[in-house]
Amino acid sequence: MIGRNGFRHGVHPPERKELTSAVPIRRMPFPDEVVLPVRQHTGKPARIIVRRGERVERGDTLALADGFISSPVHASASGTVADIDWWPHPDGTSALAIRIAVDRYSPQVPRPRLVPAWNGLAPAEVVRAVQEAGVVGLGGAAFPTHVKLAPPKDQPVELILVNGAECEPYLTTDHRIMVEYPQRVHFGIRIMMHALGVQRAVIGVEKNKPDAIERLRETKPADLDVSVLPLRVKYPQGAEKMLIRSVLGREVPSGKLPSSVGVVVQNAGSVACLAEVFETGLPLVERIVTVTGEGVRRPANLIVPVGTKVGDAIRYCGGLTEDAAEIVFGGPMMGISQATLDTPIVKGTTGVLVLTRAQVPSRRVYPCIHCGRCLDACPVFLNPALLGQLARKGRYREMEAAHLADCMLCASCSYVCPSNIPLAQLFQAAKVGLRRQKASAA
Amino acid sequence: MSTAALLAAVAILGGVALVFATFIALADRKLKVWEDPRIDAVSGMLPAANCAACGYAGCRAFAEALVGARTQPAACTVMNDDAIQDVADYLGVAAGEAVKRVARLLCAGGVDVAMQQAEYRGYPTCAAAAAVASGGKGCTWGCLGLGDCADACDFDAIVMNAVGLPVVIPEKCTACGDCVTACPKDLFTIMPLDHHLLVQCKSLLAGEEVEALCRVACNACGRCVQDAAPGLIHMEDGLAVIDYSKIELADPKATSRCPTAAIVWLEGIQFPLERSLAGSARA
Repeated sequence: MIGRNGFRHGVHPPERKELTSAVPIRRMPFPDEVVLPVRQHTGKPARIIVRRGERVERGDTLALADGFISSPVHASASGTVADIDWWPHPDGTSALAIRIAVDRYSPQVPRPRLVPAWNGLAPAEVVRAVQEAGVVGLGGAAFPTHVKLAPPKDQPVELILVNGAECEPYLTTDHRIMVEYPQRVHFGIRIMMHALGVQRAVIGVEKNKPDAIERLRETKPADLDVSVLPLRVKYPQGAEKMLIRSVLGREVPSGKLPSSVGVVVQNAGSVACLAEVFETGLPLVERIVTVTGEGVRRPANLIVPVGTKVGDAIRYCGGLTEDAAEIVFGGPMMGISQATLDTPIVKGTTGVLVLTRAQVPSRRVYPCIHCGRCLDACPVFLNPALLGQLARKGRYREMEAAHLADCMLCASCSYVCPSNIPLAQLFQAAKVGLRRQKASAA
Repeated sequence: MSTAALLAAVAILGGVALVFATFIALADRKLKVWEDPRIDAVSGMLPAANCAACGYAGCRAFAEALVGARTQPAACTVMNDDAIQDVADYLGVAAGEAVKRVARLLCAGGVDVAMQQAEYRGYPTCAAAAAVASGGKGCTWGCLGLGDCADACDFDAIVMNAVGLPVVIPEKCTACGDCVTACPKDLFTIMPLDHHLLVQCKSLLAGEEVEALCRVACNACGRCVQDAAPGLIHMEDGLAVIDYSKIELADPKATSRCPTAAIVWLEGIQFPLERSLAGSARA
């Protein structure tokens, strides 16, 4: 059954991955300052435990997890806590952040082994160690990994699905990780299998990454039941529910998590990160990010300390071109535009995309002509045209009845709309509006 | 067809009709719910705006409450004094006294004084802009200026001025609170018109950091705390906070030394409708 099913609908945007797909991962030098927001994950913000002026070493805990669905924040560089104040957050708001003035002459050697060695740990201890290491999903949503490793007891997990689709155009972080650190991906799978008590794993990789598929197959340990499955190149193949549909032919019911069909999905970069944390003993303090787009001079895949300001990363990549116009965190489909170069790269930042003026023209929005292209594009079978009209009228309750909650904001509808209606943006605003309406009614 | 058959049809249908008519007539008698006829009359006198500013679900519910003497006619913020008196006269009750309340904006950062660090070209509503880097405004707490509140207002009481701030016209504002829910940045508050003292800022930043973003932001210098009556104003999270339970102690003196004019003494309208704010920003 495996791999016999695709998912229906979806779109084929230009991939544009050639800018960085063959560029090896490089380490960026430490910037002069890192900014670490307490809110870098799904769940409650972390609680700050350091004070201004305090000296911290790389890997030291700055803020503790507040509850189970929360994740701590660690110092990503040695230095002094310069300030704790509000700072621009990638989501467009401001968030409390710890700013560290990085010690220029520090050897940046972390304290030895802050994360315990993994062998000999019981599954529950692994889950705790993963939380304490601040490991979250690195694919964008930054869902705390340890929560995925402790699924509800009544929903047994039988398969680990590693998401190597990376269907967003331009981004190549997972691609490079699978090519350069395939052993880490396998080691991460081993840890997840141990924590979850699962025997089988599948790595789904889009067919446009043949080198990654080959490397993963070459390095597969003999004792591990892992298969690498090439997937059709189609957006949004990497969406959790689409991937499960493509690989297993199972449909995750509306409003349910993948564990309801016995699957845990984790993206390839996050799996490798899990392995790295246990290998090095250092909590999640750096991530790999693709700095790309026609608006940046030397596109690259970089290892950056978490909290590096986007301006510093772009400067390291040769700076902006003359006609650079828009900076996006994430890919062009689902990414969020940034208003300032001071925004820090956080744990959930998959890429920094710089678009040129010609790529982001001001396009007039025309009325909906009811062509139905968005219906053919929507991978979860919604009616974006109807939802769009309701959103423009602020009729959020009716949108809820039309399954707004199933929309994952993949923007396939916005992509195909001939009238340039920014449907995904409207839906995002509607989701927030609905939450506000419910809060004010309660 | 014979005459007998025709007559039989008429007789049967007539008989059936008579039975049902009797049933309906009896049901009407037996199941009748008496309703005060004054409710309909009062409801006809109300503005039918259904704005709910009175605290009831709509004008009909308000009429029921009036007739039941659970509220007073003046609780309606939409009717003018004459209309309120008419309702009071009809019911033979006192009109009551209502405090005139209006919506006030907790931001004065128009495009002339607030730093815009990026250009926003997405869908032109505040709700949509709030999802994308706060519309590119330097201050992430401030007014987005795209007029979701003006769209939400059923009374045309909100007009966007030249610097992109919503101007609430006190005479038209009924304090219904639609703008409060419409604003994605939670910048509106409903307060009595005779509460003159207001801090027009919600930025949690303090000092030079916030001054770099907006010329009329509260920089948390604390001068107003010293200049006001003790206990009226205190500093909290980089903002001056007024304790409105002690508002009778308020005095325009509290605003006199504010370096950014973030705290203001309002008489009537909050922002000028026509002129740009540039002149008044640094007093």
